[in-house]
Amino acid sequence: MTRTARRAARTPDRPLGRAPWVLVAPALTGLAFLVLPLLGLLVRAPWSTLGTRLLEPAVLEALRLSLTTATLATALSLLLGVPLAWLLARVPFPGARLVRALVTVPLVLPPVVGGVALLLVLGRRGLAGRWLDLWFGITLPFTTAGVVLAATFVAMPFLVISVEGALRAADPRYEEAAATLGADRWTVFRRVTLPLVAPGVAAGAVLCWARALGEFGATITFAGNFPGRTQTMPLAVYLALETDPQAAIVLSLVLLAVSVLVLVLLRDRWVGAG
Amino acid sequence: MSGLDARLVVDRPGFHLDLALTAAPGETVALLGPNGAGKTTALRALAGLVATRGGHVRVDGAELGAVPSDRRRIGMVFQDYLLFPHLSAVDNVAFGPRCRGVRRAAARREAADWLERVGLAGYAAARPRALSGGQAQRVALARALAVRPGLLLLDEPLAALDAHTRLEVRATLRRHLAGFAGAAVLVTHDPVDALALADRIVVVEDGRSVQEGAPAEVARRPRTPYVARLVGLNLHRARADGRAVTLGDRPLPGMATSLRGEVFLAFSPSSVRLDRSAPGGPPGPRWRATIDAVESRGDRVRVLLGGASGPFAHAVAAEVTAAAVAELGLAEGGEVWAAVIGEHAQVYPA
Repeated sequence: MTRTARRAARTPDRPLGRAPWVLVAPALTGLAFLVLPLLGLLVRAPWSTLGTRLLEPAVLEALRLSLTTATLATALSLLLGVPLAWLLARVPFPGARLVRALVTVPLVLPPVVGGVALLLVLGRRGLAGRWLDLWFGITLPFTTAGVVLAATFVAMPFLVISVEGALRAADPRYEEAAATLGADRWTVFRRVTLPLVAPGVAAGAVLCWARALGEFGATITFAGNFPGRTQTMPLAVYLALETDPQAAIVLSLVLLAVSVLVLVLLRDRWVGAG
Repeated sequence: MSGLDARLVVDRPGFHLDLALTAAPGETVALLGPNGAGKTTALRALAGLVATRGGHVRVDGAELGAVPSDRRRIGMVFQDYLLFPHLSAVDNVAFGPRCRGVRRAAARREAADWLERVGLAGYAAARPRALSGGQAQRVALARALAVRPGLLLLDEPLAALDAHTRLEVRATLRRHLAGFAGAAVLVTHDPVDALALADRIVVVEDGRSVQEGAPAEVARRPRTPYVARLVGLNLHRARADGRAVTLGDRPLPGMATSLRGEVFLAFSPSSVRLDRSAPGGPPGPRWRATIDAVESRGDRVRVLLGGASGPFAHAVAAEVTAAAVAELGLAEGGEVWAAVIGEHAQVYPA
């Protein structure tokens, strides 16, 4: 093809010409790398026995525990994380940048380290755990509450970041309008700010929940691995892989299904951006 | 003193506002000025949304300078209304009464009354998204009035509307302002809004008041080039000696005055006559002028007469008919004889 002919082939919908292979090839490889393992999971799944395996008490137990703890961790994150995000977005204070950095540390910290840190503070001999045990008889490590705390530790930053972003994007003049109408700051937050950023809070909560559901490192370190009490789905998957690989696949499929569901819930915000 | 009595001092990097402002109960004062003059900042300072460095804000005798926004009871209509998008029209209006502790049902009833008063009885359940610009403006007005404020603030209340809606909303707004018992302050950069809505105009430039008076007075006797441009008058500084107005050392013909000292001389572009040869007619200054610009304004044509223009130190605007432009062959760079009809000029103390 001559150069002129090739130029003529540039249609109005591709004014810059064809995408170059040097970009397309690695892009497709990257896509395959992300998708193929999931396909492998589907291909190797024991579809014929899937029903019975899903209903095994051990699986149901782990699933129930995972759903409960992830939901509790999300609730706790909402309770503490939304006010924290509000503080970061709306109240200027010295060291705000440092606080924001600290909030994001659990995002990049290896979860195992988070588990160790939780153990050092809230463990039976921990800095705070000692007194909890001594004064109130409360022990957190190796309990279901410990699972919730571990999940909250790793998942809450997702919520805080998401909500803070939504708060920064929301027009603060609505809050000023509310103030001129006689609303104090708590009323403004409750009746104006929160409804305005509700989509951001919802997205953050879903993200937080998904992260809590998948939590492994901090959980196994801080809460251990006791079936029915602290053995969540990811822990069950890991253990099953050593004893019963088929069961591991089934459990993985369940987690995959939940992840896809989360994506569907969030599709308007992220996937739909394209 | 009842009504508003305020002095607002706001300091920000590169900007200083120092404005004294009063408004009697029932009076509407317009802050008129160019963008960035500090009008909106003054309004926000009155509402307590901007920290002031000094001065005072008294409404009906109560000092509000240190009172937070939510306890000032000052109604504010924002430029783009800021109706809460998640609440219906009636709940937007009920927001203020609810904050005052009125129960939900009673607040809704009160809000419905306000909506009816602004002519939107059928729109109680509508979300702000579904309202037209004019309707949203009226909901915002109802919402501000439902606070039962002693002072009502309106920030560019008509700026967000298209030309047609503007006329209609201006008329409604005028009626509501007339019916409002408290003091009202409105901010605008549009002289027509200020002239139509206000009982008194305060012209703000660079954070301070440069002229204040009744709308007719401001329109007839501008005191700064900005105001003169707004009201479409030629404004020149001159001197008077008790008999004649002099520019430089020469008296202007056709202009008599009993004033002495520095004066302003204002005349409308339509009292400038253009002609091919030195015109006769009524007495007044006349000169050979160069044409800087010719621009059409509806059925009239604005002709800008260049630089140092005859006896005047700066450009003079003339307004003629399109027919005259064709007849005289007026074009940029050309020359023409100009004459000001002396008796149409306003002379007042500077």
